[in-house]
Order: sequence, then structure tokens, then C-alpha cells
Amino acid sequence: MTIANFIFYLVSSMILVFGVLTISTRQLFRSAIYLLFSLINVAALFFLMDNEFLAAVQVVVYVGGIIVLILFSLFLTQQAGLKLPLPGLGRSMMAGLLSFFGFVLLFSLLLAASPEADENSFSAITMKEIGFGLLNFGKNGYVLPFEVVSILLLAAMIGAIAIAFKTKKE
Amino acid sequence: MYDFSGVTRGIHEFLSGHFSPLGVTLWEMVIAGVVLLLSLVLIAFTLGYMERKVAAFMQLRLGPNRVGFRGTLQIVADTLKLLFKETFVPQAADKMLFNLAPIIMVVVTMLSLAPIPFTETLQFYDMNIGVFYVSAVTSIGVVGILMAGWSSNNKYSLLGAMRSGAQIVSYELSAGLSIIVIVALSGSMQFSEIVQSQANGWWIFKGHIPVWIAFVVFLIAGTAELNRAPFDMAEAESELTAGFHTEYPGMRFAMFLLAEYLNMFILAAIGATLFLGGWMPLHIGNLEGFNKVMDFIPPLVWFMGKTFLIVFIIMWFRWTFPRLRIDQLLTLEWKFLMPISLVNLILVALAVILGLHF
Repeated sequence: MTIANFIFYLVSSMILVFGVLTISTRQLFRSAIYLLFSLINVAALFFLMDNEFLAAVQVVVYVGGIIVLILFSLFLTQQAGLKLPLPGLGRSMMAGLLSFFGFVLLFSLLLAASPEADENSFSAITMKEIGFGLLNFGKNGYVLPFEVVSILLLAAMIGAIAIAFKTKKE
Repeated sequence: MYDFSGVTRGIHEFLSGHFSPLGVTLWEMVIAGVVLLLSLVLIAFTLGYMERKVAAFMQLRLGPNRVGFRGTLQIVADTLKLLFKETFVPQAADKMLFNLAPIIMVVVTMLSLAPIPFTETLQFYDMNIGVFYVSAVTSIGVVGILMAGWSSNNKYSLLGAMRSGAQIVSYELSAGLSIIVIVALSGSMQFSEIVQSQANGWWIFKGHIPVWIAFVVFLIAGTAELNRAPFDMAEAESELTAGFHTEYPGMRFAMFLLAEYLNMFILAAIGATLFLGGWMPLHIGNLEGFNKVMDFIPPLVWFMGKTFLIVFIIMWFRWTFPRLRIDQLLTLEWKFLMPISLVNLILVALAVILGLHF
């Protein structure tokens, strides 16, 4: 086993452990923190694959954005510090069954697809390639999805401003 | 002539003669870690001493002058005092998160030091996305503050954490936009290439007014991200006792302090690298003699000099400007700095496309 393999197994087991802790802890705030560690380890996997840009995006979007948003909404929730009640028997059985079937489905799909990794074709992607790819309408160009996403973002921003807008007192 | 590549190559060759490649990597990691930790503690001590002296002179006092030569050992004495203090955890606190928060703060700070070029060869990891990496990693820091504020189970801590969350998330935008200005001008996010692009003149001289605007916005937004006065809403000692670290005693408090000083150093180092040319010496046009003299000053001295100049400006802010209220603070960001930096970015994009900069 090479050192890279060892780090890979270490990081991916951390993702799984923190993922399980996220749903098994009974305190909401701790759950968010475990989710944070799980997501940071995903970023570590990207780093391991020499894909620094994706790793940084993972950290910016999920840690700097989503986790902070979750923590903020927990601050505004009442009783976020109390332990949640344990779910009933029926509910936990249903959840167990659902997650089991979901796992089987995903696993069979993965086994069927299982792409062979080609070590030679792999190279680190630089910022410039990503930039040209995003604004390119030829081969490997993503300008249409990029524009669609930016319109979606614009709509979301206008919506947020419209909701937060102060109406004049009559 | 003043180059660290000889030292690092010597260490590498010495280790290669004695260990396997894996052992060499591990030993080099250990050496780099120890050197990093020692220099960081030294930097934090220097900044602590500097802060107290600068504050004292701004207020017509003398500052620490009893321990050691002109009070230089005062910070060491303070650290020893903090070491001997009892480290207790409040009874109603979430103990795990309470202990984890300061560690996260310090780890994040150390991570963000990785791509910063001290000199051409003295750099831990010159990655392709350098600038973006630093702004990504520093955004984890706010989670540490939120954790500390929440787990203390204290209303002051909670309020301080909420304020600092809103503050850091908003000011990250302006700081990022002003960094993008330099990325657009130099055409790269890699720190080494950004420094190289300033070989014929620093961006603050080459980039006209847009870069000056970006520099000022960067300093303001950076000070706000550091939670320092006049933007010290997270601590706000007059309203919130000490904000998010009210409940932290002894060394755990010292870790927050260490993270704050190191963050200040990192911010200043990034500012120096992006706007003031990093380790590049000052060259003026075709003045051969002057340029030769400037080349004699070692790059590390240039880098540290510029960094500490920006640190001094940030400390100057603290004693010059009145504090803002939290709503004024958010107004400043969303209604003034953000639109200014957006327009500024468009100007810079035009300048780059039309080739208007030097």
C-alpha cells in the first residue's frame, strides 16, 4: 500500500465516520459541526487528486457558505442546545429500510458502471483551462450552462432583495 | 546571493543520503513544521509587542518598558502568566465544542500560510490557485468563532458570534473583489507568478487609480475580517464584555489571541504580495545605480518590511477611527464598499482588455 492509498483510505473513512455521527448525534449544533468535518474531508479528497480548484470551491461553498448558514439558523432556533428525543420504533425501522435500499441501489449502479481509472490520462487542471472552458462554446465549452446558472443566481438575488425590501409606511 | 535554496537543497541532500524517499518526505515535513511553528510564535510575539508600543505612542504613553530591554520580554512574561492559569470549562458549556473552537482557529490560520511566498525560494507550497486557496481556507475561521460563541452558553458570547458571522461573511465579498482586481491584472492566481508580474514595478504604481481603490478597500475589508477595532463588533468590550471569547481562560484564550495576530500577519502579507510586490525590491525606471543598491537588500527584508508597514497601518486604524455600530458596519459594506469594488472591477477589466496599464 502506498502512502497515497493510505491517506485516501484515512480521509474516506473520516468522511463516513463523520457522516454517521452527523445523523446519529442528538444535538443539532454538534450535528452541523460533524457535517462540517465530513465536507472538509471531501475537500481533502479533491486535494489528494491534485484538483486544487475543486477543493477550494468545496471549502468556499460548503464550509464558508452552507455550514455558516446552517449554524446561523441554529442560533435563531429555540432549544437548539437541548437533546432531541429519540425517534420511535416504526420511524427508525422505516428509515433503516429506506437507507438500506438506497445503499443497494447506489452500490449496484456503481458496480455496473465502475469506470476503470486511467492514470496516464489524468492531469491537474489549471485555473486558465477552467476559465476558458466556462466561456467557450466549442468543444468542452460550458458557456450555455454558465449563462443559465448566472440567470438563476440573478433571479435568486432579486427575489432575496424583494423579500427584504422595506415597504413605506402609509 | 541572499537565497534560501542553498540551505533547503543542503538539507534535502543530507536527508536523501540517510533515509528512503518516504523518510525524507516525513523528515522534511517535520523540519518545515517546527520552523513554521517557531517563526509563527516569534511573529506573534513581535506583533503583540508592536501593538502595545504603537498603541502607547499613539496615546502619548511609554508602553511596556520594565521587563527586558525596553519591555521586549513583556509578551513572554504575559504568555507565562497565561500558561499558569487554570483552564476550566463552564459547567453548562458544550465541552467538546468549547475545547475544539480555539484549535480550529489556530489550525485554519496555519493552513492559510502555506502558499505565501516569503522569498522566491522560501515558500511552502506554490499552488496554482494560491490566492483563491487563502480566501477559501480563511473562510473556515468564522466557523471557529461561531462554535466558540455557541458552546460557551453565554448570551454575550452568542451575540458576539452572531455579529462576527454576519460581519465576516459580508466583508469577504469586498476583500475577494479587491483581490480579483490584482488577479485580473497579473493574469494568474499563483503567488509566484503574481510576484513575477511585478518585477518591472509594483501593481500599486503600475495599476493607476483602480488599484489604489482596490488597496484601500482591501485594507478596510481586511480589518473588518480580522474583527479588529474600529470593526471589533465580535468582541465589543464596552457592550459584550469580550464577545465570543468571554468564557475562555488561560491558554485557550491565548490561542484566540495567537490566531488573531497571525491572521493580521497573513492579511498584511497578502496585501504586501498582491499590491506592493512581495519580496521584489523597489526599482525606479532606468536608474541603474539606485536599482543595484536596492537589489542588495535581501528579499526577506523587503517582504517583512512591506508586511510590517501594512500591519502598522492596521494598528494605526485602531487608534484613529471611532467604532461603528453593527448596522453602520453592514451599511458600509453593502451600500458603499461592494458597489465601489464592483465598478472598480469593471474598470480594471476594461484597462486590461484595452492595455491601459503599464
